[in-house]
Amino acid sequence: MYFDSVQAALSMDGHGSFVWVAYFVTLLIISAVLLVPGLRRRRLLRQVATELARQESGYATREGPR
Amino acid sequence: MYGIAGAIVRWLLPLTILALLVGAAWGLLFTSPDFRQGNSYRIIYIHVPSAVVALAGYYVMAIAGAVSLIWRMKMADVAMKAAAPVGAALTFIALFTGALWGKPTWGTWWEWDARITSMLILLFLYLGVVALYEAFDNKEAAGRACAILSLVGMVNIPIIYKSVDWWYSLHQPASIKFSGESAIDSSMLYPLLLMIGAFYALFTCCLLMNMRAELLQRESRTAWVRRLVKPDGPR
Repeated sequence: MYFDSVQAALSMDGHGSFVWVAYFVTLLIISAVLLVPGLRRRRLLRQVATELARQESGYATREGPR
Repeated sequence: MYGIAGAIVRWLLPLTILALLVGAAWGLLFTSPDFRQGNSYRIIYIHVPSAVVALAGYYVMAIAGAVSLIWRMKMADVAMKAAAPVGAALTFIALFTGALWGKPTWGTWWEWDARITSMLILLFLYLGVVALYEAFDNKEAAGRACAILSLVGMVNIPIIYKSVDWWYSLHQPASIKFSGESAIDSSMLYPLLLMIGAFYALFTCCLLMNMRAELLQRESRTAWVRRLVKPDGPR
């Protein structure tokens, strides 16, 4: 560990705000690009599932007992 | 393809996140500061990897565009569309961290330096592909237009690479060289190489995950997607 204390690691001799903001914003963007496709995929799967369920219930009423 | 991509992401994604965390902690806390720039240089561990992979990602997008244009391969079109937002995010990270690094080092957030300006153009090219795709109702025409845009944009890539040698201004030339001595100490080089590797893996993961989502959307009416949702359903 290069820094002696948490305080020193946070301030980095006055450069801390630049360094930590850079890492924090990068963390946010990386989280976003990792999460968005998974959420989109899940939403699409749910849509297909509802579509299938609707079709099946449609067939049931048409072909069911009169 | 959907299944293979899923299998790759399942083991590559945890590795990527682990490498990113280790690399970031190593660069932030365990390396000694640069003798001229002090601690601000620690931004290098995200600035350089994101810039390197943003450029490499453009090759992926443009080559995929060329393949879909020439051989009409659907999967290449999917890959091109999947690469654009990831590349845009990485280019933005490179520009943003560059601004934060520039302020304490050069005394300015922004400079119309050749390297910085050409990276900004790269960001607009990526965003242009995303926007152009959305602008067309006919997705086949959209794919062709985006492929042409990304191929035309290829001229920007060698300009970015060579900008620091052609116009010697604020931005420093490359420190890492494939041949000969690198201008960076090995204690700083190893975490940097780890981060570059991690960003490549990150790009691969995001690309594959975007492709999976895109495939589902395009093929939502086919039998394989239906079986995916309802395995015991009619064939």
